[in-house]
Amino acid sequence: MSALPPYASAGQKAWYYGFRTICALIFVFLILPILVIIPLSFNASDFFTFTKEMLALDPSGYSLKHYNDFFTNSDWQGALANSLRIAPAATLLSTMLGTLAAIGLSQSHVPFRGAIMAVLISPMIVPLIISAAGMYFFYSRIGMQGTYLGVVMAHAVLGTPFVIITVTATLVGFDKSLVRAAASMGANPVTTFFRVQMPLILPGVISGGLFAFITSFDEVVVVLFVGSASQKTLPWQMFTGLREQISPTILAVATVLVTISILLLTTLELLRRRSERLRGLSPG
Amino acid sequence: MSDVQAQSGQMLAADGTPLKASLARALRRQKLRALMLIAPLLLFVVITFIAPIADMLFRSVENSIVPETLPKTVIALADWSPESGEAPGEEVFAALHADMLVAAAAKVHTKVGQRLNYETPGISSLFRKSGRRVKRMEEGNYKEQFIKIDDGWGELAVWETIQRYSGNYTSGYFLASVDAELGSDGVQMKPEDEQIYLFLLGRTLFLSVVITVSCILLGYPIGFLLANLPLRTSNLLLILVLLPFWTSLLVRTSSWIVLLQQQGVVNDVLVTIGILSDDNRLELMYNQAGTIIAMTHILLPFMILPLYSVMKTIPPSYVRAAKSLGATDWTAFWRVYFPNTIPGIGAGAVLTFILSIGYYITPELVGGTSGIFISNRIAYHISSSLNWGLAAALGVGLLALILVFYWLYDRIVGIDNVKLG
Repeated sequence: MSALPPYASAGQKAWYYGFRTICALIFVFLILPILVIIPLSFNASDFFTFTKEMLALDPSGYSLKHYNDFFTNSDWQGALANSLRIAPAATLLSTMLGTLAAIGLSQSHVPFRGAIMAVLISPMIVPLIISAAGMYFFYSRIGMQGTYLGVVMAHAVLGTPFVIITVTATLVGFDKSLVRAAASMGANPVTTFFRVQMPLILPGVISGGLFAFITSFDEVVVVLFVGSASQKTLPWQMFTGLREQISPTILAVATVLVTISILLLTTLELLRRRSERLRGLSPG
Repeated sequence: MSDVQAQSGQMLAADGTPLKASLARALRRQKLRALMLIAPLLLFVVITFIAPIADMLFRSVENSIVPETLPKTVIALADWSPESGEAPGEEVFAALHADMLVAAAAKVHTKVGQRLNYETPGISSLFRKSGRRVKRMEEGNYKEQFIKIDDGWGELAVWETIQRYSGNYTSGYFLASVDAELGSDGVQMKPEDEQIYLFLLGRTLFLSVVITVSCILLGYPIGFLLANLPLRTSNLLLILVLLPFWTSLLVRTSSWIVLLQQQGVVNDVLVTIGILSDDNRLELMYNQAGTIIAMTHILLPFMILPLYSVMKTIPPSYVRAAKSLGATDWTAFWRVYFPNTIPGIGAGAVLTFILSIGYYITPELVGGTSGIFISNRIAYHISSSLNWGLAAALGVGLLALILVFYWLYDRIVGIDNVKLG
């Protein structure tokens, strides 16, 4: 596959190039929808498509007015502020609880490990609409529907499975004799945790936290039901925007979010490499 | 040494306790420590997630509103039978009057009316009307007065419904979620023109299968290419798969709206190159096509990643061996390589399918009326029609379906093999 041998027949050549063309088209299908909104977000008109001026690369066809709208419109700014109030709190909660539980789960003797794991992972498996429905019923029963705390807890519980999975994966390569060595030198369990174990599993914890953050930051179904108008987040505002008055400001917001995803993706990749290097799984 | 052992019958630890007991204690302590670390999260998940799901299960069968709002009526009605051919007697109406007085004062009479209205349309207005006038009723002859307010109180069907749904629990919501109802002679299907849920479920499953198959068709070549390229190139190309995976769902949905709408980019391009004339632009959105295209794009990474991880582990020597034994390219692929990738296809397909049948946002935005899923109906019953019981029953049904597929996934891949990124 990797290279065409010099003795390849005409049929093999045709297949080789044909296959690569098909793959290229599928990659276009994957990536084009994300890239197409970036130039469109600089559209000077209020349309969702390329205008003649834009195609002619005329500067008058481009403008920053949709970005301007995003950064000055109180609806969008309120939604952004809410997202930034909810996501970090949910991330903190799920990262702390998730890391502790992952350390507990990776001990050698855990009774009912399978059952516990199933319960802890369940928020990731149950479809969001069902979680949202259940939370809406239950949280309105206990008076937490439409509160900031309710949304934070709902988002935190959705993020924990990701933290558990990433931290557990990091702990697989963790050398337990390091903990014993620390203990034998007189460190108490808390000191051992913060000075020995934590620095080593930190990449896993951070990437779990990033997963939890993006879960909350992108989440719309649950907040739609559990939240009220005063917890309107960025995705919620986009959802109403797409359903009711389609405004091109959405494209500007989308471009900002794509930039954030690229940054997150890069960070995660760097963390993964660092973690592998720390655990000696790959050289350099 | 063996003498000591023989005398005491057991080995001793350094502190003099039997070694077995000492080890058991250490093990117990270790288990306890592990559980203590897990406990906070377990408690948190149980309160914020498991309890809501349990609450939903409970709501899907709960019916206490009827016996709680109309306690006396329910008791008085117990002796009545619809076979008598006429509405219940005066004592039942007297009980109804007493119950309605309390209910109207607490303003809950409309709620019980609404509840019974799900089963027999028209009851809601009966309760609303009577609730307003019940205070002004004179003593005695209640049956006549109630029937004067609304003829409905004289109808057998109304009383039959109240009697049938007078228990604390009901199967009514579950029956409604599969287009059935509790008729006078047991469970029966609703009239043809009122059946929607089984149809909607069928459509959800059908569209999910179509989306899964498209994902396999598009994902397989990409997985194959990535697994067979040099690591440096494949890592670079993998970014093209991971970027959509990491991009917000709403961003991807909005870009599909931009691309697919009638004045959108795809139609514009087709018109510009002359494949389409300006007045027959394709309708690619607000129908099933929109849902299929957008969701295939959204779920494709979930197919490619498991496929890639399985294909990466297939040694290239297998195919080389097959070819050296005289197999053609196609035979080597079909008889040797492909069977090895089936676990990957299975894992990706079940994952895509499970994710797809529970989708809400994308069908809601690009599906129009013909491309929506059962989850959209659940959302509708929660926020618009307020029939929470039915929403809960539909949710429980969907959850049961997903758990079955999830069990399959566990059998094929194993729950511990869930990987991210």
